Amino acid sequence: MMLDAGVVDGFLSASVRVATPLLLAALGEMLAERGGVINLGVEGAMLCGALAAALGAASGGAWTGLAASGVAGLALATIFALAAIGARADQIISGTATTLLAVGLTGAVYQAVFGSAGAGLSLPTLVPVPIPGLADVPVIGPSFFNQPVTTYLALVAVPLCWWFLFRTRTGLALRAVGESPEHARAAGVAARWLQFAATVTGGAFAGLAGGTLVLAQVGTFAERMTAGRGFIAIAIVVLGRWHPVGVLGAALLFGAATALQFVFQAMGLAVPYQLFLMLPYVLTLLLLAGLVGGVKAPAALGRAAE
Amino acid sequence: MKRPRVVPLLLSLASLGAGLAVLAVFFSVLGYDPVLALGAMVRGAFGSWYAFASGTLVRAIPLMLIALGFTVGLRAGVLNIGGEGQFYAGAVAAAWIGLKLGAWPGFAATTAVLAVAVVAGACWVAVPAWLRLRFGVLEVISTLLLNFVAEALVSYMVQGPLQESQHIYPQSDQLPLAARMPVFPGTRLHLGILLALSCSMIAWYVFRRTMTGFELRAVGRGPRAARVTGGLRVQRLGAMALLVSGALAGLAGGTEVSGVSYALYPNLSPGYGFTAIAVALLARQSPMGIVLSAILFGALEAGAGAMQRDAGVPAVAVYVAEAVTIIAVLLADALSSRRRDMVTA
Repeated sequence: MMLDAGVVDGFLSASVRVATPLLLAALGEMLAERGGVINLGVEGAMLCGALAAALGAASGGAWTGLAASGVAGLALATIFALAAIGARADQIISGTATTLLAVGLTGAVYQAVFGSAGAGLSLPTLVPVPIPGLADVPVIGPSFFNQPVTTYLALVAVPLCWWFLFRTRTGLALRAVGESPEHARAAGVAARWLQFAATVTGGAFAGLAGGTLVLAQVGTFAERMTAGRGFIAIAIVVLGRWHPVGVLGAALLFGAATALQFVFQAMGLAVPYQLFLMLPYVLTLLLLAGLVGGVKAPAALGRAAE
Repeated sequence: MKRPRVVPLLLSLASLGAGLAVLAVFFSVLGYDPVLALGAMVRGAFGSWYAFASGTLVRAIPLMLIALGFTVGLRAGVLNIGGEGQFYAGAVAAAWIGLKLGAWPGFAATTAVLAVAVVAGACWVAVPAWLRLRFGVLEVISTLLLNFVAEALVSYMVQGPLQESQHIYPQSDQLPLAARMPVFPGTRLHLGILLALSCSMIAWYVFRRTMTGFELRAVGRGPRAARVTGGLRVQRLGAMALLVSGALAGLAGGTEVSGVSYALYPNLSPGYGFTAIAVALLARQSPMGIVLSAILFGALEAGAGAMQRDAGVPAVAVYVAEAVTIIAVLLADALSSRRRDMVTA
């Protein structure tokens, strides 16, 4: 069966489009996990970011929405951080509770503001901005360089995170905390403050990811619209071996797995669509089993710093 | 040092109170009348024997079973966040086998349905258990991911192999009478309640009186200390606990299909798998506590529906109360254990 260029272009742009919020959320989660904090509230932070983006965009345009989404994610991550780092409560359970909180908050606020039927919103969205020159490069041009601004934001965040983690003193200190908070503290690092800052920053990333979903992909808000993308982001961090470049690759892989369904539809193959819903999750499990065996997580991941 | 048993109970009640208080404030902020909303909730949950039995207790059954499973895992130091997925695995299996057993005598058919659900739940979690043993994959991530696979599986089943005979609606046919659990006269409360209570009692006995319970407690108290003495045993115990945990969640899916819905639907669970975590935490790993706490959360869920119906307040808001309750329990425990540390240090 022949694939024409249109299908390939469509597949690649869809992959990048789907990968963008995953990449943003995963980079944020990576920062927290490098500091030894696993935040399952990232799903909730995304959801809050999504609703904030919808509310912000409805009142002040797409850019206001994007800014609001980052703030909302940061606020939710602060609640998580206060419990998990401030009070040293169990991180997994604090994170689960934070996500539950976000489901309740966003669902109720949405219904209160837009009515229980959830009337279809039409929001100002972020339109693709072609980058002159690069957008005309064959194959990768349209998929990587003719995207909404949030995609560029996510792509620029990859080298920035790398530089921060591996080329700055603060990044080094953060990684030291993730390996052994006790030793880092003995060396004069304010371990829990760093964890707090990394987690809250990660929450802002997750909020922006939710905002991207609303403003650059779906164009509206729906209850529980993140549908597990935050949890996928956590898997992407593991899959990307806690490294920004690895995370980029893993996010693109997920984007591609999801975008495959468009190709199959275009090729007219009758495959149940639920198979594609399962695919990214099953793929992650397989990859975790195959690849992660030899990779070490930050040694103190999930353990409360004293 | 042994703490008086009243203190944890009071802390749990205070946590639940905090959850409801935050919910009331949240309602006021959104412009709903909190008194009206919470009043509708209480009436919906406890207003009559019928409401209590058919609303609150019916919802308490899956919560009790899944929370027991979560607690078994917690005692062995594993976190099974996949209760929702295992519930659906049990539900799919129960519907699938139940639809084939119309000719069987009632008792045998129901037993077979529930047994298959138990096995399906255990099989669903066997993957994370194996991945953890063999490759060291965090069970938190693998159980979580399988929730989404299970939901997609249900969606496929009700539009594919198990779709009702008219092929119009995304749901299965109704189970034959033989595969349905009997209900208490005049209510919708089914025999699953006895099953859930028995499981709680068994768990209490195992935790308190058996060698396995002792080992679980040792592992849960300090995995590192237990590993020094037990080596591989800790890993094996963790995997076993995961299987039991999944079996109980699968059973919950089975009782829901055989006792409540009589068919497979895509949204069979309103998030029981996650609410059950709150149930387990509030009960502080005590099986008898789980019975009480499951009834309280069952009331919350049943009341939420009534609140939406009678007061026009979004039912989804109860998740705020649940989340705040969990966080309050965590904070109370964290603070009290720090005080204990300071005393012993």
